[in-house]
Amino acid sequence: MKASGPKASGRWAAPPRPVWEEEPNKAGLASKGIVLSIACLAVLFPLWIVVVTSLSSKQDISEAGGLVVIPKSITFIAYQELLSGGQVTRATLVSLGVTLVGTVFSMTVSILSAYGLSRIGSVGHRWFLMILLATMFFGAGLIPTYLLVQSLGLTDTYLALILPSAISVFNILVLRAFFMSISPELTDSARIDGAGDWRILWQIVLPLSRAVIAVITLFYAVGYWSAWFNASIYLSDQDMMPLQNVMIQLVQKQEPPVGMSQAIKTGQLSALAVQMAVMVLALLPVAFLSPFVQKHFKKGMLTGAVKG
Amino acid sequence: MAHSTTPGAAARTAPSTADDTVEPSAGGGGSTRAAKPAKPSGVSRAEKKALKKAANGGTLRTRLKRDRTLILMTLPAVLLVLVFNYIPILGNVVAFQEYDPYISDNGFVAIFHSPWVGFEQFSRIFEDSAFWEAVQNTFVLFSLQLLLFFPIPIVLALLINSVIRPRVRAVSQAILYLPHFFSWVLVITVFQQIFGGAGIIAQTLRQHGYEGFDLMTDPGIFKLLVTAEGVWKDAGWGIIVFLAALASVSPDLYEASAMDGAGRWRRMWHVTLPALRPVIALLLVLRVGDALTVGFEQILLQRDAVGPGAAEVLDTFVWWNGVRNQDFSYAAAAGLIKGVVSLGLVLAANKVAHLMGEQGVYKK
Repeated sequence: MKASGPKASGRWAAPPRPVWEEEPNKAGLASKGIVLSIACLAVLFPLWIVVVTSLSSKQDISEAGGLVVIPKSITFIAYQELLSGGQVTRATLVSLGVTLVGTVFSMTVSILSAYGLSRIGSVGHRWFLMILLATMFFGAGLIPTYLLVQSLGLTDTYLALILPSAISVFNILVLRAFFMSISPELTDSARIDGAGDWRILWQIVLPLSRAVIAVITLFYAVGYWSAWFNASIYLSDQDMMPLQNVMIQLVQKQEPPVGMSQAIKTGQLSALAVQMAVMVLALLPVAFLSPFVQKHFKKGMLTGAVKG
Repeated sequence: MAHSTTPGAAARTAPSTADDTVEPSAGGGGSTRAAKPAKPSGVSRAEKKALKKAANGGTLRTRLKRDRTLILMTLPAVLLVLVFNYIPILGNVVAFQEYDPYISDNGFVAIFHSPWVGFEQFSRIFEDSAFWEAVQNTFVLFSLQLLLFFPIPIVLALLINSVIRPRVRAVSQAILYLPHFFSWVLVITVFQQIFGGAGIIAQTLRQHGYEGFDLMTDPGIFKLLVTAEGVWKDAGWGIIVFLAALASVSPDLYEASAMDGAGRWRRMWHVTLPALRPVIALLLVLRVGDALTVGFEQILLQRDAVGPGAAEVLDTFVWWNGVRNQDFSYAAAAGLIKGVVSLGLVLAANKVAHLMGEQGVYKK
């Protein structure tokens, strides 16, 4: 395709079209572009409004009659208020802590079990795999799980946010499929040289699976970061609530954050800007991380998709 | 249709060992992969055993010693699953009791002391109109999702696949994937800020002298709203699987059909869509098998705003009766009904997939 050839810079240019393929017609290209743009805008526009409103002053917000679409001036007052101690700061720290600890725990257990299950023919391999796989077909149900977590004394501890949903069998299967795709010559030769399983895992398998480990880490981290349900049923102490639960109170139930109502009432700060700032806090880590891992998604999902 | 791809081949480009994981899920079908010495017919039991032993590498004791590290590595995950997935399954017996959590200090121990009532809870449920309302809402939502959600990722994937500029592809994929990683709380809040009573659309309308509206609290359109939220969050993510299937189609097929005079649309019909067939079938099976789960967190978050009449689904019914009203036996019975029907649906849907000649979730 040479039509827009000279203008297109190197990275945006289209690769050469095979000779048998028809030249694209203008109407087709245009309609494609329009549909794709609409789809992308539908994703980006709401986020844009949220971010811009959180950065706007009270005056700008009231002038716009609610959410701001085009920013006039930028102020970080909402973030300053939120992050200078108080409910939202604490909730953010709780979320960060649970996400960090939970992800490390989940990844450790998942990588170990995926490696343990990757050698077919080892003792118990089949049984262990069956035990894990069966859970993909039926869940125990909410009530018995709730009763169990209560009986274990996990209620009102952060462990209740981590342990009950610490591992995903789906993720373990994806990891395992990757480990198994590493050529056995590598691991076998290491074994002949006297390396044990720990060493093989640490020095050969892990360095070769960086891509899939990045993907699975993101999946777990997003899971912990987004979780609110476990906290809502297992925690009763408001001070322990993670960010998502505080967001429910603040934005959905329209309650001003504890200790901050003063700043809003005195009129310096728009309640809407505060709400939007909380939303930005919640989406920021995810929006930042996922593009970096994006190029590996396909590989990770592919192995998983076949098994469901 | 000269170039139909074999079922599953399109989706299975990544590690070729992948299909091994499918195998053992066949519900107990003994898949002794390591010991498969070409199945000689007419060998005695003892010989078979010896063959197997040789293939596995010795007696159980030597094997245990050899594999102890692997077993040790696998144990934490197995333990977690046993504690948090299997023990609660036993806890489902409270569905046949008049469970009283205060009979003992420990809620699980209380199960052993609670009186048995047989199927009383179940007959109570079947007479409960709220339960049937939840069943109805669940099925309406499922049908809506199947009709309005399911085709969108396929169309989007075909569209993106036809874009040949790598940069445009990468950027639009990155944008479309993004909402999948947002929490439901965030997604619903975003919708509320746009379509809610104080949202941007209602505000703009009011500023121009029209009547405002509030889509977020309207029971009449609640199910469409839930579907739309699902599309916004996950339609982009859904294209990954289809893109992967499309990437594995050999360009030779396209070239050959072009040589035979097939135009752009005919190539899509005869090459692209057949390549997607196994993936579509698989995802349909998964979706149908999961029919009774229609977005628990998402709906729970909005239940208060529109009321249970429109928003109650089976999962929220269980949550409401169990966690909120502390009627554990009743809720557990409802959950058990859901679980059993779901399992039946998965197995049935998979059976249909096999009959259609597709691979389904697990192999036969």
